[in-house]
Formats: sequence, C-alpha cells, structure tokens
Amino acid sequence: MKHLRPALSLFLLFTLITGLIYPLAVTGLAQVLFPWQANGSLLAVDGRPVGSALIGQSFTSPGEFWGRPSATSPYPDNAQASSGSNLGPTNPALIDAVKARIAALKAADPDNHAPIPVDLVTASGSGLDPQISLAAAYYQAPRVARARQLPLADVKALIEKTAHRPWLHLFGTPRVNVVELNLALNALGAKHID
Amino acid sequence: MTTDFFVLLAVFLAALLATVRPLGRYFAWIMEGRPAWKPIAAIEARLLRLCGVDDSEMDWRHYALTLLIFSLIGTLVVYALQRLQVWLPLNPQHFGAVSPDSSFNTAISFVTNTNWQGYAGESTMSYLTQMLGLAVQNFLSAASGIAVAFVLIRAFARHSTQLLGNFWKDMYRITMYALLPISFVLALALVSQGVIQNFSAYQNVTTLEPNSYATPKLDGTGQPIKGTDGQVITETVVVPQQKIAMGPVASQEAIKELGTNGGGFFNANSAHPYENPNALTNFLEMLAVLLIPAALVYTFGYAVGDTRQGWALLAAMVLVFAVAVIFLAAAEHHGNPAMNALGVDQAHTALQSGGNMEGKETRFGIAASVLFDAVTTATSCGAVNSMIDSYTPLGGMVPMALIQLGETIFGGVGSGLTGMLVFALVAVFIGGLMVGRTPEYVGKKVEAFDMKMVSIAVLLMPILVLVGTAFSAVLAAGLAGLANPGAHGFSEMLYSLSSAANNNGSAFAGLSANTPFYNVLLGVAMLLGRFAVIVPILALAGSLAAKRRVPQGGGTMPTHGLLFISLLIGTLLLVGALNFFPAWALGPIVEHLSPLVSH
Repeated sequence: MKHLRPALSLFLLFTLITGLIYPLAVTGLAQVLFPWQANGSLLAVDGRPVGSALIGQSFTSPGEFWGRPSATSPYPDNAQASSGSNLGPTNPALIDAVKARIAALKAADPDNHAPIPVDLVTASGSGLDPQISLAAAYYQAPRVARARQLPLADVKALIEKTAHRPWLHLFGTPRVNVVELNLALNALGAKHID
Repeated sequence: MTTDFFVLLAVFLAALLATVRPLGRYFAWIMEGRPAWKPIAAIEARLLRLCGVDDSEMDWRHYALTLLIFSLIGTLVVYALQRLQVWLPLNPQHFGAVSPDSSFNTAISFVTNTNWQGYAGESTMSYLTQMLGLAVQNFLSAASGIAVAFVLIRAFARHSTQLLGNFWKDMYRITMYALLPISFVLALALVSQGVIQNFSAYQNVTTLEPNSYATPKLDGTGQPIKGTDGQVITETVVVPQQKIAMGPVASQEAIKELGTNGGGFFNANSAHPYENPNALTNFLEMLAVLLIPAALVYTFGYAVGDTRQGWALLAAMVLVFAVAVIFLAAAEHHGNPAMNALGVDQAHTALQSGGNMEGKETRFGIAASVLFDAVTTATSCGAVNSMIDSYTPLGGMVPMALIQLGETIFGGVGSGLTGMLVFALVAVFIGGLMVGRTPEYVGKKVEAFDMKMVSIAVLLMPILVLVGTAFSAVLAAGLAGLANPGAHGFSEMLYSLSSAANNNGSAFAGLSANTPFYNVLLGVAMLLGRFAVIVPILALAGSLAAKRRVPQGGGTMPTHGLLFISLLIGTLLLVGALNFFPAWALGPIVEHLSPLVSH
C-alpha cells in the first residue's frame, strides 16, 4: 500500500506535464513561430482555401496533372481517412487495379506509347500523397498541353519551375507537387486568355 | 541498388554514431542520480517529496512491483479515457466511445510501448484521448523501458548488493531530463517543416476539381435498392470539398519516435504528410528512433567501467542492421515482376525513384522508405512511412525477421539493451559449454538461476508468436480478418503476432485486426510479451547484483573482440532462424516462389 501514494501522485504529475503542459507549450510556440505550417500549410486563391500544400487531391480531367492513385474510402484523397491499399504484391486485385489505371491513362492519351512511370499507377501509402515523380509529370505533359491548348514547351517549363530535386543526393526524390503544379497551370492559362 | 540509398545509409549511420558517446554519458548521469543544476535539483527533490517518494533504493522485487502498479494505473486510465471521450472536452469531431475490446487492446498497446493500432486515429480518437491518454503513455512506457535497462546495467556495475535503484526517481529523471526536452526541440523542428500542431476542427477546403464516387443507392430502411436485373443501383456522389484532419500532431509525433512507440496520430502513420512532410523530417524521425537505443549501449559499457563492452554490442547491432537494410533495399528496388509485364516503368532514373511503389510515398521513394522501415522494425518503434503489406515478399520478410530477432538490433528504448544483454549471456553460456568453463560476462559468473531467467526471456516470445499464429490460422475468426489471399494472408497473421509479442506495433496493415478476436489475442500477446519478460529480467538483475565480481583470469573469454561479436551474431541468428524458419517458409518464401512455379 505504501507504493500507492507515489504511484497515483506521480501518475497525475506526469499526466499534467507530458499530457497537458507539453502539448500546449508546443502549440503556443508553433502558432507564434510557424503559424502557416502548424495550421496545415493551407493554400488560398483569392483568399479562399483551395487545399493544402501537403495533402493530395484527386484529378481526373485531361487538362489537369493527375496525382498518385489513392486507396482511401469511400472516395480518393479523403483527408479524414488516410490509408494505403494494403494489397500484397501477388494479389490479383492489385494487378487488376493497376490495369484499370493504365487503361484510364491510355484512354485520356491514346497516342502516348511511352512506358508509364510506376508511381502513376500504384496507390500511395497515405492515400494523400501530394506529389508525383518528375517522370510521371513529363509523361502527362503532352496530354495536358493538348487539352489546355498550350505549347508543350510552356507546360514542360512549368514542371521544371515547380520541380523539387534531391538535395545533395540525400534528401528526397525527383518530384513535383500536383496541387501546386495545377494551380500554376491555372494561373498560366488565365494569363493566356488575357 | 542505387548510390542515393548508400549515401543516405552512410550519412544516417554516421550521424547516429556521432551521438552515441555524448548521449550515452548523459544517460549515465541520469542513471547515477547525480544532482542537476541547483534550481532544477531543488524542483526534483521537492516534487518527489510532494509525491511521497522516499529516497531509498529498492531490491528487484519492489522495483518490479512498483513498475507493475504504475503500468496498471496507466492501463486503466487509457481505457477509461477512450470509453468516456464522448463526454469529455477537446473532441471537436464528436467521436463516440471506443468499443470495449478495442479500448482494452489500445490501452495495453500503449502501456506496453507496443503502439499496435487496431483503430484509425483521425476517425476514432478525440484530441484529449490522444494527448492525455496515448501521448502520456508514449512518455511513460518509454521511461519504464529505460528504467528496466538501468536496473540491469546497475546489476552488472554493482556487486554484493540487493539494491538496484528507485523506480520513481528513475522515472522522473528519465522523463524530465531526457524524453521531455528532446521531444520539445524535435516537435518544434517538425512543425517548422509542416507537421501540424493545433486544436482546430477539421478544415474544409474547396478542391480544384470536385471529387466524385459511385455508391449503392439506399432505400428508406438503409437497404441497397436493386434494379429489375437484380443488380444494385448505384448513384454518383459529388464531393466538392475536402475535409482535412487536424490536431496536436507534432508534440505526439516527437515522442512517438523518440520513445520507440510508433503509434501514429493518423491511420497512415508516418506516411501521412502531416506526420512526416518531407525527407528532412523523415531523417530526423529515423534519428530520433535510434538515438536512445544506441546511446544506452554506451551507457552500459561506461557504467561497467569498460566502454569496449558497449561498443562490441553496438557493433553487432550495426552489422546485422546494415545487412538487413541492404537486402531490403535490393528487394524493393527490384520492384514487382508483375508490373514489368504490364509495361510499367520501375527503373530508377534521374526523374523517378522507381521500384515497388505500391504503398510508398513519392517524397520518400525506395531509399528513405526502406531505411525508415528497417529502423522502426529493428527497434520496437513500429512506425511506418510506407505500407509493409504491399512490400515484395522478400522485402516484407526483412521487417518481420528484424522483429522476430526479439527486438535486439537496437530494439526498444531500454528493452533493446536488455534483450541484447540476455543474448550476450546466451552467447557466453554457449561459449563456456564449448570450452568447459563456467561462463562469465563483465565480471559476473553466469549460473543456473540466471540461465533459467534468460531462457524464459528468450523462449516466451517465439511461443507466443507461433502458438498465436497457429490459433489464428485454424479459427474462422482469425481467417476472417485477412485482406490478401494465400501465403500473403498467412504472413499477415504471423506478422501481427510477431509485432504484438515483441511490442513493436507495426503491421501488415491489411489485416482487419479491430475485431474482438484479434483485439483480445493481440492484447494478451502484448501484455505477456512486455511484463512476462520484464519480471524475469528484473529477477536476473537481482541475482547478478548480489554476486561478487570475479577478477578476469586467463580462462575468461574476452567479450569485446571480433570473436565475441561473431559468436553473439551467430547466436542471435541461430535462435531466430531455428524458431521462425518454418513459418517464413509458409509465408514470404512460398509467396516469393509461387509466381515462378505458376509460369
């Protein structure tokens, strides 16, 4: 019984310190030092939130760059239910899903016979991956250019401008953020109309 | 295999090894109970006195008793918070009470430092439950693991004594002087890179393109309506907005890695961009996972007065780790053969990472995914930044095997060192048998009682894993949870039991484990895997501490050289392989070979 008092009072003390004071202190400092990041890196167009720089969105029209396939339910890129497909490598359901994605890409761009980059037909781990590889972006560039009636060179230049490359061969992969790329594309298109 | 993987591995190991000595000495300072800077020491003394802690040291029985009482309180509180969250504050999404079996499983999961997650965080747990229940246990289960390691270190460092330290004082010093300050700095670093930290309700944004999906049309009673042809009629639902989950993530993420806990705020764990937004956070998180397990090995060598003893154990860990992660990287870089047949490009080029990308994030590619995976399964962290269920068969076998080595390759905070010391005793015992001498380790004779405790600690885990898997494989309730057919389904069950009994917490996550059957089975496995190992280890410590120190003689086997490192690795691999090879043959190995047979 003599152990009960330290057990209960220390439990209370640790709960207060690590469960309340610690997260509240981190929140306070984070909101002062890094408010944009702490609140979700939200992107706004004309003051209206259109998404997060870190959360993927689903694109299916030919004039947009498509992102990683998403296995969230009940619809892709559901940002309150992150999930991968968890399909095993030999599961026929995985092969069927990949075939369907290939078919959709081919239907939107029948003349493109280049090999399809793997990240464009495989579901991401979170279901919310905002990025695709540069290979996947260049693969889609002709389709996007045609649908938007833009010169291919302009679209490629935009990819290059938005691209992230590995830093010192160490941090990251060659990639581009699909939401940011499509936003930049909209801005470019708007300029053309002017 | 690619240069970027090897560069990443080399830089990562170099960064880790640079921290070992300073952090190891810092933990020695914490363990020895030496006073801190005066005002801090005064707070420590006052708070401990206020909590009714006396200054005296405990024998192993009292230490075990206090640890068990403290863990029991934690379990009850985490259970209660989940059941009552619906009536408690900080629940902006109005989540209901968690089911009794899931609450039971999660309470045990977090108190045992396993952090197995049968639930999806962002659709189940209120902010209050995450903070006050789960995150607190992230600290306390880590601290109690380190405390047990302290006891075993003291047992080797001291002689002719019953006294092994004061549990309350150890818990206080570990939490306040190590876990809390490092977490605080790490949490802020993570926020700066995009990990969220707020208490907002989930955010609505209007996406660039509306989302739509087909769903069965329901009648007034909630039954799907069928057309004249008997097919279910579907309707298209348009979702113009995206609702983005929020929460105090960074503070929890930091201790989740540092304490080798691994329980994600979100369902997708560290694959979620809000938990792990880029390659730099990925690097920091990996480093945080290994910091303490690596440092404590140095602390051991330092405390017994011969740092070479610590470096030898660390060398064994690094060697096994490096071989495992290189094998894993090769398997995942190679990709999925079925994809090549479909004309998919899996090559590694300047424009893409390539490889087996199902379940992996673009920003990590293969290199940063597999390194994270090896780090979190070699330790008992169990966080994931890619979905292991979708790894290639041989790739998925690596994390499984790392877990099944008993979480000794770095292992959990504290529990990794104790696991490795137990295997060191097995190794010197085998070495002693070979030459016919009484085995010794760092000045302690290893005798019959010690070997009994060691045997319990070594054998309990494989029994839990194999018997549990066997039950799951023959019971309908076990098979009902499988997401993938055939050998891969068997791997899902084997992995879940291995993860639970070794307090790892990672998963072949396709398994639907949030059922009464798995919640109870895995809950019991986690409970025994933690406490039924800790108690014999504390008993072993009691026995070792009571012994006199034997001076090194001509017949003493040196335990810091290459011979001992080889013997230790050999023992680890032999025990691991003997226990689990037949099970691997039924799961990953047959899955790897099956496409070859059918073609």
